[in-house]
Amino acid sequence: MKRLGAVLEVVVPLALLALWAAWSANSDTFYYPPLTKILETFNETWVFERVGSDVVPSLLRLAAGYAVAVVIAIGVGIPLGLNATARRAAAPIVEFLRAIPPPALLPLAIVVVGVGNSMKVLIIAFVCLWPILLNTIDGIRGIDPTLNETTRVYGVRGLTRLRLVTLPAAAPQIFAGMRTSLSLAVIMMVISEMVASTNGIGFFVLQSQRSFAIPEMWSGIVLLGILGYLLNLLFTGVERRVLAWHRGAHS
Amino acid sequence: MLEIRRLKKSYGDAHAIGDLTFTIGEREFVCVVGPSGCGKTTLLKCMSGLLAPTAGEVVLDGTLVTRPPDEMALVFQEYSRSLMPWMSVRKNVALPLRHRSKAERAKLVDEAVEAVGLTRFMDRYPWQLSGGMQQRVAIARALAYQPQILLMDEPFASVDAQTRADLEDLILEVRERYDVTIVFVTHDIDESVYLSDRIVVLTPSPTTVKEILDVELPRPRDQVETKELPEFARLRAHVYRLIKREEARVAQ
Repeated sequence: MKRLGAVLEVVVPLALLALWAAWSANSDTFYYPPLTKILETFNETWVFERVGSDVVPSLLRLAAGYAVAVVIAIGVGIPLGLNATARRAAAPIVEFLRAIPPPALLPLAIVVVGVGNSMKVLIIAFVCLWPILLNTIDGIRGIDPTLNETTRVYGVRGLTRLRLVTLPAAAPQIFAGMRTSLSLAVIMMVISEMVASTNGIGFFVLQSQRSFAIPEMWSGIVLLGILGYLLNLLFTGVERRVLAWHRGAHS
Repeated sequence: MLEIRRLKKSYGDAHAIGDLTFTIGEREFVCVVGPSGCGKTTLLKCMSGLLAPTAGEVVLDGTLVTRPPDEMALVFQEYSRSLMPWMSVRKNVALPLRHRSKAERAKLVDEAVEAVGLTRFMDRYPWQLSGGMQQRVAIARALAYQPQILLMDEPFASVDAQTRADLEDLILEVRERYDVTIVFVTHDIDESVYLSDRIVVLTPSPTTVKEILDVELPRPRDQVETKELPEFARLRAHVYRLIKREEARVAQ
């Protein structure tokens, strides 16, 4: 069964690709170029012609925005998770801010910080903040009371306790939030580059469409799919390492 | 050494602990038994300073207990919830020793883990061990902390009978080795007679002391020989009747 699963995992996507290729092979529709044409363009565009000019800037924005979000969300989430009063005080603000559809903030961000990289980083960070923050708070609140009593009895306090007990105990939930945020980060990267940018993958896709370079547009979409897939793979790898104990303890 | 004076604990209108007074002497092994739901865990939490009593006081060597004292360790019933699953046995046992020097820490951990017979499992994680072994880790952690008094909250309630007997003997052994005072809460009457120097029998909630008995069984104790002694049977029957009578009284 396990081997069949592994085989299916490879065979099904390949079969779908073949189907797409066959279906589009004789396509003369302008908007649906043959798959071979898209792949050809992909090769010309992304290997490695526009990597430096578009892919790297996009990924840097993504990484910066995501990193800012992780640091702030965990930094703010810890005190809110530990302190019920602070949590109640912050709840209305948190609920209000996270209810704002992020693209609605784009015009504001452009006015306040301009159209440069910092605007994109800001938007990505803002969006990624909420899932991580809420999960950090919940993760810390949900720590088993026995664990807290254990640290009290044995005089484990302050930063030692935070580093060795509180954060690891909340880590599975924090990681769940980080996973959600990662896909949000990709979405906001593309949107922010479509609204105001002179480079980046999002910019390239929109620009190609506007100049009727349809195979180029398709190739950009394919690239985004691949990047999202790889980022998720990378994330899963890190999570597996960091949370190896968690999988062990719950199997 | 540890004095409980007129201790009361209520949650709103519910009086968990009515009025408790008893004293635990230096190097004594005292078992606290009582019918289930008589507030034994609440009592232990008050004794360890985890919970503030509603009235009365707990005094350790002349000092009022208001938070967990350094001289005290506690072994919880739920070993799987009080060990850190992300830490190996070694790190779990070393966790309370962060302020010690590295060499001292290593020595204390090695000794304690050896005392509970888990040296081979030093680098395993708790979830890779059986329940009884996990409780041994928790005991090792308490021993490495070098407490003068060790509180145990029904520590063997969730392991099977054979493991339980092994752990009982283990605790008697480490008690000699570490020369520590032990307060052992249990609802198992045989266990309380087998282990202790003295038994504090409690009434159902609101809890008071029903009777305090001296256990004058010879040491070292033995699972077979000690339990064959007429004195063991007499004590066991006596405690059993005390508890059953109380339960019947409450049921009426």
